[in-house]
Amino acid sequence: MTHHRAPGNRELLRFLTCGSVDDGKSTLIGRLLYDSQLIFEDTLAAITKDSRKHGTTGEDIDLALLVDGLEAERQQGITIDVAYRFFQTPGRAFIVADTPGHEQYTRNMATGASGASLAVILIDARKGVLTQTRRHSYICSLLGIRDIVVAVNKIDLVNFSQETFDRIVGDYVTFASELGFRSIMPIPISARFGDNVSARSGNLPWYHGPTLIQHLEQVDVAQDLTTRPFRFPVQWVNRPNLDFRGFAGTIASGRVAAGDAVVVAASGKTTRVARIVTADGDLPAAAAGQAVTITLEDEVDVARGDILVHTTDRPEVADQFAGHLLWMDEEAMLPGRSYLMRIGNVWTPCSVTSIRHRVDVNTLEEHAARRLSLNEIGFCNFSAGQPIPMDPYAENRTTGAFILVDRFTNRTAGAGMVAFPLRRASNIHHEHFTVDKAARAALVGNKPMVLWFTGLSGSGKSTIANIVEQALHRAGRQTYSLDGDNIRHGLCRDLGFTAEDRVENIRRVGEVAKLFVDAGMIVLASFISPFQAERRMVRDLLGEGEFVEVFVDTPIEACIARDPKGLYAKAQAGQIKNFTGIDSPYEAPTTPELHVPTPGRTAEECAEDVLVQLRARGVAC
Amino acid sequence: MQRTSTKAPLTPHLARLEAESIGIIREVAASFRKPVMLYSIGKDSGVMLHLALKAFAPGKPPFPLLHVDTTWKFQEMITFRDMMAQKVGMELLVHTNPDGIARGINPISSGSSLHTQVMKTEGLKQALDKFGFDAAFGGARRDEEKSRAKERIFSFRGPGHSWDPRAQRPELWSLFNTRIRDGESIRVFPLSNWTEYDVWDYVLAEDIPVVPLYFAKPRPVVKRAGTWIMVDDDRLPLNDGETPEMRMVRFRTLGCYPLSGAVESQAATLPDIITEMRAAKTSERQGRLIDSDEEASMEKKKREGYF
Repeated sequence: MTHHRAPGNRELLRFLTCGSVDDGKSTLIGRLLYDSQLIFEDTLAAITKDSRKHGTTGEDIDLALLVDGLEAERQQGITIDVAYRFFQTPGRAFIVADTPGHEQYTRNMATGASGASLAVILIDARKGVLTQTRRHSYICSLLGIRDIVVAVNKIDLVNFSQETFDRIVGDYVTFASELGFRSIMPIPISARFGDNVSARSGNLPWYHGPTLIQHLEQVDVAQDLTTRPFRFPVQWVNRPNLDFRGFAGTIASGRVAAGDAVVVAASGKTTRVARIVTADGDLPAAAAGQAVTITLEDEVDVARGDILVHTTDRPEVADQFAGHLLWMDEEAMLPGRSYLMRIGNVWTPCSVTSIRHRVDVNTLEEHAARRLSLNEIGFCNFSAGQPIPMDPYAENRTTGAFILVDRFTNRTAGAGMVAFPLRRASNIHHEHFTVDKAARAALVGNKPMVLWFTGLSGSGKSTIANIVEQALHRAGRQTYSLDGDNIRHGLCRDLGFTAEDRVENIRRVGEVAKLFVDAGMIVLASFISPFQAERRMVRDLLGEGEFVEVFVDTPIEACIARDPKGLYAKAQAGQIKNFTGIDSPYEAPTTPELHVPTPGRTAEECAEDVLVQLRARGVAC
Repeated sequence: MQRTSTKAPLTPHLARLEAESIGIIREVAASFRKPVMLYSIGKDSGVMLHLALKAFAPGKPPFPLLHVDTTWKFQEMITFRDMMAQKVGMELLVHTNPDGIARGINPISSGSSLHTQVMKTEGLKQALDKFGFDAAFGGARRDEEKSRAKERIFSFRGPGHSWDPRAQRPELWSLFNTRIRDGESIRVFPLSNWTEYDVWDYVLAEDIPVVPLYFAKPRPVVKRAGTWIMVDDDRLPLNDGETPEMRMVRFRTLGCYPLSGAVESQAATLPDIITEMRAAKTSERQGRLIDSDEEASMEKKKREGYF
């Protein structure tokens, strides 16, 4: 029996490859798999067949076909997504994230980099350092990669020239000096022919460094997480029976031992670790990377999302913070718009309060910006729905990373990295007045709420709201109307009609409406408010049952025919830009509390619909 | 109840894979309304089930097991399945596509492609819909096949279980996006980062039971299209002049017996299997007849809802 040795005692190395289109990334990975003899005969037979159909290497086997997976992209001839590849040598096991070099796919590169501890940056020896090389290096740096291999590929096509190699390496090192890498290892290679990949090349007698594989086997990338402060994000509360209450999770950093004094970071409750439970029995201590279940000595309130830490080294707890944001969604990020943030095991609403600057990933220059589009990176201030324990990303990738999710499509829209908490959260305490909303409402016999009238310009929102308000007033209810006339001329005088300004306009209206509700009033707000996201944002500002969305549903043809202010005529003539329904979209509510179709009905009939709804909600009117 | 660990520790490599998978499995339990674990009886399912048991100790996994039975599995697989369900004390749901039975779909006269589509893919979708599962664990690994290499750990499925490779969510760090709407679901692959080697090394290290079909022993087989097919029952029609012969064979992957090719082997123990695998010249999927039907066949199947 032959004796195999699994690479089980070496640390697994996760790395990514990145480079520009046609730099040969896929060929390099194919080469790594081929040289480590992980290509099985049936797989090789399949790609030999494919090489004649799709390949770019004539009669040779096109190694890139080993890794270009999906049918669609194979036909396009480009890699469009992150693929994970596995190989091992006698020295180490590897997982390679193959990430695309195509300009649009920055987000995929960031995805690959988020799980990697080293990057192989490919440079075509004929082309040298390109814009994309800079972009990829910056993203690696931003995502916390500290060790870089610069693989100068296609060295065979420049006659194995040392001069070319040295020039490219010089350019790269100069450019990368401000990116904070710990190590940069340049290696001249030919992925297609195998020079210096796993076998030393006779064509490069002037090169005395390691081959790519030798370097990858030897490089020490351990970021010793076990010596960092203890962080244990609680993932799941394990209560199989009344006698056991454990907190399951994976230790993000540091180590913990039974008996240690710990604190729930957000609440400040302290206790001690009773046991560290695993399926294989209790452990006296555990460290970063281990998935364990911790039981505590006291019955403190702990839920998924909480973080257990040592009493001596606690993270900041903040609901306002600054950080980098990489935008990954087709729909641009607008400041003020509410997204769902996942940080650790917490889901909470979050919005960007301001973009401090946008980073040009090609030049690293900082520019002012009012939005972030797909693949753009900004340094922003964030406001979260609750105080969250966090560390700077540079210190802890687990407690400093977050994603933003679009609230309607549920797409993962942004990837963020905490830079530092903002002090406002700890300095501005929310005051608890003894005279509260309920007390104020009771005094005037009111049921405070916001009636939010949304619909196209000229749909009849204000007219209907006006009739409703008169009826409420006659019934002795305290009301206040908010509409374009009293908001746009004062509070929001500085705003125009771009998408960014519309978001900010509604945000301000929402905050004002909330104050009126707090004062105990019924607010009638009449705004086109074309975007679902902002209406949702206002809804979230208010309590359960306090936001009543009234969709005044008038077809655009009717609005145009009516055109009480002559606005549609101007918009159609191109005199007004960003006019809802003409050159700016209206997203109709899908589940409003009240749907009021207007065609063939009088304003009074429509208003009666609203009053019926109000009576059903307990408003005497 | 309280006991101190005395087991020999896993290698750092396997310990890391194990912890990552346990984290993924717990995440599903914490984030979804009604998860289920697909149990296909093979070694990967065995490892996944073992990880689930470890993830929730001292409790039981808070979800049932589901087997989509095509009625053409090896008899030993069904015996093993029922034994395991009993042993681990989890609920086992078994679903067979009744339409497929009514239409007489089978891997022999219907062809492997139609049989797989109706009995596996459609059967699976029926079962997920019937019970209203919003997350389903599968034992697929990224190293198995090219289109799998790009699969997310949390793979989003639209209404009707559709998989659109271009609509997959970017997956950064371990911050999985678990948010779905009604009618949508997530397939979760806790073994994404494992290789075939890792699976067998872990089976050995953790002493995980596997179906005896993985071990070589004399079995009645016939040679079809260059591979050995086991005559597991009398439903396999024999060609003229074809007689089953006893050969020392074993299986690298298990599925419907008429579609699973055996390899000749003397490997009758786990260490033997591991040694043989490391010397192997063909991939494990080679024994699966469905993959060689056409180029990019796996991607097509996945778009239709295959695991």
